[in-house]
Amino acid sequence: MRYLPKSDAERSVMLREIGVRTIDDLFAPIPAEFRVKGDLNLPRAFAESEIVDYFRQRSVENGAGYTSFLGAGAYSHYRPVVIDSLISRGEFFTAYTPYQPELAQGTLQAIFEFQTMICELTGMEVANASMYDGSTATPETVMMAARVTGRRTAVVARSVHPEYREVLATYARYQGLPVTTVGFLENGRVDLKALEKAVTDATACVVIQSPNFFGAIEDVAAAADIAHRKGALLVVMISEAVSLGIVKPPVEADIVGMEAQSFGVPPSFGGPYAGVIATKEKFVRQMPGRLVGETHDKNGKRAFCLTLTTREQHIRREKATSNICTNQALVALMANIFMTVYGREGLRELAKHNLSKAAYAAGEFGKRAKVLFGGAPRFNEFVVETKQDPKTINERLLEKKIVGGLPLKKFYPELGNAALWCCTETTTRAQIDAVVKEVA
Amino acid sequence: MSPIRKATTHVNQNEGLIFEKSSPGKYAWKLPELDVPEVDPHQALGAAARGDLGNMPEVSEIEIIRHFTRLSTWNYGVDTGLYPLGSCTMKYNPRVNEVASRMEGLAGAHPYQPEKISQGALLIMKVLSKCLIEITGMDAVTLQPAAGAHGELTGILLIRAYLESKGNPRQKILIPDSAHGTNPATAAIAGYAVENLKSNSAGMVDIPSLVAQTNEDVAALMITNPNTLGVFEREIARIAEILHAKGALLYMDGANMNALVGKARPGDRGVDVMHMNLHKTFSTPHGGGGPGSGPVVCKQILEPFLPVPVIVTKPNDILALDCDRPQSIGRVRAFYGNFGMLVRALAYIMANGADGLRQTTEDAVLNANYIRKKLEGCYDLPYPTPSMHEVVFSDRLQTKNGIKTGDIAKRLIDYGFHPYTVSFPLIVHGALMIEPTESESREELDLFIDAMRSIAEECERDPRLVLEAPHTTRVSRLDEVTAARKPVLRWKPKEQPAAAD
Amino acid sequence: MVVPHISPVLGDVGKVQIAHVCQRRADVGHPHKKEERKMNYPSELKYTKDDEWLKVEGDTGVVGITDFAQNALGDIVFVELPKVGTEVTAGKAFGTVESVKAVSELFAPTTGTVTAVNEELANAPEKVNQDPYGAWMIRIKLKDKAEAGKLMSSADYEKYASERG
Repeated sequence: MRYLPKSDAERSVMLREIGVRTIDDLFAPIPAEFRVKGDLNLPRAFAESEIVDYFRQRSVENGAGYTSFLGAGAYSHYRPVVIDSLISRGEFFTAYTPYQPELAQGTLQAIFEFQTMICELTGMEVANASMYDGSTATPETVMMAARVTGRRTAVVARSVHPEYREVLATYARYQGLPVTTVGFLENGRVDLKALEKAVTDATACVVIQSPNFFGAIEDVAAAADIAHRKGALLVVMISEAVSLGIVKPPVEADIVGMEAQSFGVPPSFGGPYAGVIATKEKFVRQMPGRLVGETHDKNGKRAFCLTLTTREQHIRREKATSNICTNQALVALMANIFMTVYGREGLRELAKHNLSKAAYAAGEFGKRAKVLFGGAPRFNEFVVETKQDPKTINERLLEKKIVGGLPLKKFYPELGNAALWCCTETTTRAQIDAVVKEVA
Repeated sequence: MSPIRKATTHVNQNEGLIFEKSSPGKYAWKLPELDVPEVDPHQALGAAARGDLGNMPEVSEIEIIRHFTRLSTWNYGVDTGLYPLGSCTMKYNPRVNEVASRMEGLAGAHPYQPEKISQGALLIMKVLSKCLIEITGMDAVTLQPAAGAHGELTGILLIRAYLESKGNPRQKILIPDSAHGTNPATAAIAGYAVENLKSNSAGMVDIPSLVAQTNEDVAALMITNPNTLGVFEREIARIAEILHAKGALLYMDGANMNALVGKARPGDRGVDVMHMNLHKTFSTPHGGGGPGSGPVVCKQILEPFLPVPVIVTKPNDILALDCDRPQSIGRVRAFYGNFGMLVRALAYIMANGADGLRQTTEDAVLNANYIRKKLEGCYDLPYPTPSMHEVVFSDRLQTKNGIKTGDIAKRLIDYGFHPYTVSFPLIVHGALMIEPTESESREELDLFIDAMRSIAEECERDPRLVLEAPHTTRVSRLDEVTAARKPVLRWKPKEQPAAAD
Repeated sequence: MVVPHISPVLGDVGKVQIAHVCQRRADVGHPHKKEERKMNYPSELKYTKDDEWLKVEGDTGVVGITDFAQNALGDIVFVELPKVGTEVTAGKAFGTVESVKAVSELFAPTTGTVTAVNEELANAPEKVNQDPYGAWMIRIKLKDKAEAGKLMSSADYEKYASERG
């Protein structure tokens, strides 16, 4: 087997030096009746070229080369080529968690820069070195708010991504954390009056998303006000990170939960992505996930290390802030490089392009169908209601190698024939014009 | 100093933070011409429009390439050399896995794209599922969990849902004192109380304690097998029986599967549910701390409770995702799992084939035992029980000069190796946990063994050399106390400009 | 990887004690050996087997951790204390003390209500290492002064500490 750096002769010598006769002598601790006889029923070994062919074929069967108008928590942005060049360096790629800082300053400094940039973009004071993704960051923010406030219920807006809410429900059920859901208005934003009624002094936090699932930007200040008046925290989830280039960051929030996938991470059929939690400095000890801090070595040289590790599972075990061990480091590094490539001016221009493309598309759709939630500002997604079932429209589009907007009936049955459309900087005018024509 | 045969010194670039190289007007991006009318953000967004982006960096492409290239030279990876971290399984990350996962239709696939053009991805997931079931001797699988700890949570929630369906979820989970920290942390998140289970003098689960502590309040035992000492829990079938007799289930932490693949199957020995770590056993890259992937395999009794969606085969062999599962525990994450890692794991299985996987496991166990044999003279072996794929020593023979396992680990850096796992498992005082994996040649193992022997000698002859190590890295031992007392968690510019609005 | 840690285990299987810290020494030695100084146990104080000290001043008890404890914990980075007004119970945890790689619970020597908390420790936790008997943590209005009588004297505690090395 070509990944195994040993010849049979070497194996024999080593067995002899260990003092056993055969390799199976080393498996003697496993009772014989439990040992596999022969080999498992698995595919035979493939040559490297056959492996490449196999996956290339799967890629063809998987819509390679199609134009997509899907968003809804996973966004198709252009990935600068330097990202893959750099993350493929073996020292980043094949390194372990930086528990031994003397040998991991590359990873640690990169994470420190990531934490800094997330703070700059979100308006928060500290940020962690990533969670699994935006959907799992959601329950983590709620559990954090529960720890900070000592309260055990939460209120979440129905305009938050439906799958984020499902994940929250799974976690909350076993934490004994009842969650109340509050609806949205005709402008697509959360119903603030209903929110006011739902928040009590047993509420640990209010959770909204901005831009929300429909692409609408929430009134973060008003939601913060409602939460704070009752002593609850405001959690703002962000699933389209590129929006931070042009949309005011949620500075009134106490905790921000983010999905960083838009920052140079391929959509990859749903993962791996990278979630982030950012918050105010005063809450840092209740924050889950890895944190990198600045320090110096014994010669006074600046260096970085994991810090505040007593929050984590390997020390506090069942009293840890979370059970999380991993930190999606490589994915966060992609996001880091993306943010660095675009930087201060580029992120703004990038966001402007997204805003403009979606505005144009919404305008064109509006001439042939109904664009919902018009009363609120939006970023790069919008909802279109058509006379025909969007599923039928999409079938037609698929034949032209176009993937249409996401039909919303399964998440929001009351919206009928509505679909969620997304345009990014990669969407061309020609593509928009072509797709609008198909929509009757 | 003894002759050090491996390259040790790290490239000593003084590369600052990216913000320190930033300067207005430098840029590394260019967008295409806007082909639609430009929107004025203040008109479109009103009060929600942002001012400028404050302290975000402005640098050129060459500076970015140099910055991250220099940073990378300060790291050690599997690509550099032996990485003996115990229970981490730092094996070779095959490059063909990267080519496979970057195919346009796979990397560019949106999770919500129509079923018709997702057959490629679904087939990959289905084939991988079948392989994992075959490898573990289980009946069903979910690929959704994002990492090992996430898999643990999913597994425990499956147990909880099953017990609830029988009328009583029960209150506690038994966890051996040798367990990884994620185990008790996970149990707590799943709403269970944790009860410690002592290990016996051989470092294995103490059967009399298990019998005494197993009752109708216990939902499950979380076991790692081989355990964190690298020792196979021989009594696993009996352990399963004791639990099942009281209606409790057996959860297995699959972190150490690298000792079992192709040689033994947990499902054959009474395990009801377990998670796998694709980033350990199945060669997906560690990437400096993630991403991972933690699929969960289980017996049929737990199948109805699996997270949604589940892959099903419709008529005409069309693959689909089924969300209509009334007993499901729900979602543990959005979408379907870390698909990019699933591709890599399948590519690894395909490159090996059944006999390659078996040979891999055999070499992993061979390598660990070789190290054990060669070092058992100079380092204390706290337990005489045979090791599988990893070996645990202690620093007992070295502590008389005030040297601890952490010091020996730091000195190992000077010999060109990454440290082993320090001070874990907790049941061994001053533990040195070493897992070489199958990816090491005899030559690399001998270099490691020579280094460890040399350090043992230094502990006698010249303790200061060890106590003040490492001597050859870019930074020496860090002040982690100040980092914890006065955390500095972000860079700040010297003069604080108005915050970005 | 890391650490000796103290895991608070629920139920009656065991409880976290600072004593356990002493059994799990730090995983690195000290390059510059600390001066072998004699441990200090002021005679006017009372001591618990969880390594806290208690000073009785009228019907107030002042609480901190002993020289033995701070030495075993190593550099202290954070002290988590309850709010004024919290009820504490003898033998139950009232807070935690953290070093870089370990967390230990603090146990109340007596029952009562917290009347004062040493705010200085929030910014200067190292004071506990420098002056364990001056760096008080909480003051308690004692519910039952007789409880103090059940605690160890300085001589008993010194003996107890030396047995644990």
